[in-house]
Amino acid sequence: MARRKSKRGPLDYAKSPWLIGFGLITFILLYAPIAQLIAFSFNDSKRNIVWRGFTTKYYAKAWNDPALVEAFVNSITIAVMCTMVATIIGTATALWLWRFRFPAKSAAEGVMALPIVIPEICMGVAVLVMYSRFGSWMRGVETGPLHWLNEFWAIWPPLNLDAFTIARIWNEFFSVWPLNLGAITAAHIAFSFPFVAVVVRARLAGFNREFEEASKDLGASEWQTFWNVVLPFMMPGVIAGALLSFTLSLDDFVITFFTAGPETNTFPVKVYSLVRRGVSPDINAASTVLIVITLVATIIAMRMQAPSKTEG
Amino acid sequence: MENWKQNKAVFWVTALPGVVWLLLFFLIPLALIWGMSFGEKTSIIDIEITGTLANYSRSFEAVYLKIIWKSIWISVISTAVCLAIAYPVAFGICFSPARWRPLLLLLVILPFWINLLIRTYALIAVFRTRGTLNFTLEWFWNLAFLDKLIGPFQPLELLYNNGAVIVGMVYVFMPFMVLPLYATIERLDRSYLEASLDLGASQWRTFFSVTVPLTMPGIISGIILVFIPMLGMFLVPDLLGGTNAIMIGNVIARQFKQANDWPFGAALSFLLMYVTFAALALRAFIGARMKGGVGV
Amino acid sequence: MTRPIVSIKNVTKRYPGVVAVDDVSFDIMPNEFFALLGPSGCGKTTLLRMIAGLETSGTGDIIVDGQNMEGVPANKRPVNMVFQSYAVFPHMTVRNNVAYGLKVTGVAADEIAPRVEEALEMVQMGAMADRKPDQLSGGQRQRVALARALVKRPKVLLLDEPLSALDAKLREHMQLELARLQQVIGITFIIVTHDQDEALSMADRIAVMEKGGVRQIAGPEELYEKPQSRFVADFIGKINLIDATVSGTSSVGVTCMAKGLGRVVVPHDGAASGSVSLAVRPEKLVLADTAPSSGADISAKGVIRDVAYYGDVSNVFVTCPDGLELAVNVQNDRAAAGLLENGREVYVSWHPSDTLILQE
Repeated sequence: MARRKSKRGPLDYAKSPWLIGFGLITFILLYAPIAQLIAFSFNDSKRNIVWRGFTTKYYAKAWNDPALVEAFVNSITIAVMCTMVATIIGTATALWLWRFRFPAKSAAEGVMALPIVIPEICMGVAVLVMYSRFGSWMRGVETGPLHWLNEFWAIWPPLNLDAFTIARIWNEFFSVWPLNLGAITAAHIAFSFPFVAVVVRARLAGFNREFEEASKDLGASEWQTFWNVVLPFMMPGVIAGALLSFTLSLDDFVITFFTAGPETNTFPVKVYSLVRRGVSPDINAASTVLIVITLVATIIAMRMQAPSKTEG
Repeated sequence: MENWKQNKAVFWVTALPGVVWLLLFFLIPLALIWGMSFGEKTSIIDIEITGTLANYSRSFEAVYLKIIWKSIWISVISTAVCLAIAYPVAFGICFSPARWRPLLLLLVILPFWINLLIRTYALIAVFRTRGTLNFTLEWFWNLAFLDKLIGPFQPLELLYNNGAVIVGMVYVFMPFMVLPLYATIERLDRSYLEASLDLGASQWRTFFSVTVPLTMPGIISGIILVFIPMLGMFLVPDLLGGTNAIMIGNVIARQFKQANDWPFGAALSFLLMYVTFAALALRAFIGARMKGGVGV
Repeated sequence: MTRPIVSIKNVTKRYPGVVAVDDVSFDIMPNEFFALLGPSGCGKTTLLRMIAGLETSGTGDIIVDGQNMEGVPANKRPVNMVFQSYAVFPHMTVRNNVAYGLKVTGVAADEIAPRVEEALEMVQMGAMADRKPDQLSGGQRQRVALARALVKRPKVLLLDEPLSALDAKLREHMQLELARLQQVIGITFIIVTHDQDEALSMADRIAVMEKGGVRQIAGPEELYEKPQSRFVADFIGKINLIDATVSGTSSVGVTCMAKGLGRVVVPHDGAASGSVSLAVRPEKLVLADTAPSSGADISAKGVIRDVAYYGDVSNVFVTCPDGLELAVNVQNDRAAAGLLENGREVYVSWHPSDTLILQE
């Protein structure tokens, strides 16, 4: 009788050649287009199909394109500003939902999750409408807030400014870099802080409340307890959340596409306008730079989150 | 968890930043377009909210109904393909040696962090008429002397059609599908599978009678997680679909960017929102029912 | 002679860095209630899962009912298992759980229903047939797992730590229940357990395992009274182990120099030499105020160090010369009343024939 030595246990599916093959093909298909994009950014050929030798000239070309560089700097600036604010707001929200029991809490949780779940385009057009309405409301001299300010200042002569002057000051103030990016940044913060809150709250779920109670029992105040006990514990989550909001902001196209004015371009919006005109190696070069930045941030974020599993 | 009344100062300090920001830059804008969806244009820039349902009824005109229908079926097919690819991948990762799992999972989701626009652009380079895929096909064509037998290779028109949109959607969202599947399959108690085998069921029978039903919550999460953004997707159909593969997201964008018909665009985007809410409600409902049945 | 229902022949199973099962061989007879007993990590569960086909086969042969199981997948083996976690499918009712194994192997539909009813009645779960597992208690879930395995009419039923998840009262009840079921059905049960009481009270024969190897296979009484190694003696019940050196052998027994006892003569069949352990169960020891009158007894004078009170009995720890510590089980009767107090000087004595010589 022929005896088959089975080397696989019944649940050793990971040793199945079919499953390994399937996974391998999936990984290849997942990475091949990106690998090609990166490879051809170094390809000395405009046609982008056949390898004609290594070059970095498209990086130089991208670097010397002032519009592209400006868009890139804008993107990074927005991402940094967004990260700073979103991390603070997101962390506060996480603490709020983690710590307190209050009426309509599940409704609050649901609303906080909305920016994560609704289609981006809905949020994009909503913010577009809001900014345009806000602008015309501000400019409404008879009815808007400038009118009220004007009335107020009329009874205080030293600052006798008319509404048009105030509107001018307002416009000038918000056209100075980086405040001209404020509108986009505010929208980015709105969709990225809920993600920070989710990440930080997941981290907090592993926190033993007895540490906090022990700290208070030993005489620490609310603030001392937060600073010395809670914050160090949730720090990996906060950093991971910060990096997450950074990449979310950097990656966003749709919401920026709808909120950006004609003179404020971000990198994805700029690339979009280039891509519509066709494939070119300098887009590859610029994209490669963005990929590297995002992936580094992501990998750091994942590293930060990893220890939470062993400790928790 | 403590009652909010016990420490009102901390409660408000932690609650207000998020609530206010969300109100200003998310809820008020949404309320504005919701209101606008019941409005009509009175001049080139003025919109009056009149409570009309004309925008919604216009959405159900044949031309837009066709686009909505197409958006739905493209999303359904793309979701199904995503599931068919992501389930074996997630399953394989779950059953691979523990030290490999984090790395494999990272490899699957890493592309998700790369800018959507860049990933879509990368696909264009592969699928365009003079792109990598056609180039490779031509190479094989010539290798098989088909150019001598049949004639020169005719590049395939792979871009700017529904198929390209589906491929793009799958490529872009597949990693997202893996996550919820991985989370549930990993939590699945292996002894259920062993018990099924022990009772005489074949591997396939075990898969369909035990594994799939017990991982249903993850499957549903994954479907909804992927289906909603696909339905409202703007970039992929815009770049890969050309003019004939337009989806609802493109119609919405057009109302705000070119056509300048904001009330109609608002109505369309709120239709999308209603579908989203319905899908989320469905997930919550199924989740609650599953909890009763599965008792994880 | 009847043919063994399960034969384990030179079975070895290695994991990277560990030998889980180390060259194990034994036979299990039809209708036997067989226990694999050992501390966690001794390889008993691995061996059970190898019989079930759930573990990759190592080297050696596993023969069930005359058929070599090599290459036979788990779903084709004539054995069924009750899992430690019960693994009762949460998405099926009790009835469907029990019917599952019949459905998937193509048993005719009109045959399934009566067999399922019968199996459920056997474990007294007939009334709960339409419940889902999350509406059942741990004990009830276990009954379902049992019915689900038994309805397949396996040649051998495998039970992996079946009682470990139950509380003490229920565990005792289920021990009797399992023994009763095995009598009624008349098939072979192989149970894996780390609980010696469970094994002793239920099994006809017990294989004691340690570090992948079988140390001794015997009936409960023999295992308790005549352990063959220090490990088995120590693992089954409590025992006093006294270091000793053999100084000679005679027709009366073995003469040794024991720690704290001096020269003792112990009846022993078989050879003994060098360093040995003298083993004696705590309940064989007698405590007294005065030296024993019979000179034949082994005795030592000591001081009571500690008394642990258990209601019916007390465990008394006595410190003897040379740092020898002896544990003594004392019935809490009237005679013991005044005796058991810390620091009191006492004599410990026992009959030499209650002593075992263990050569490691």
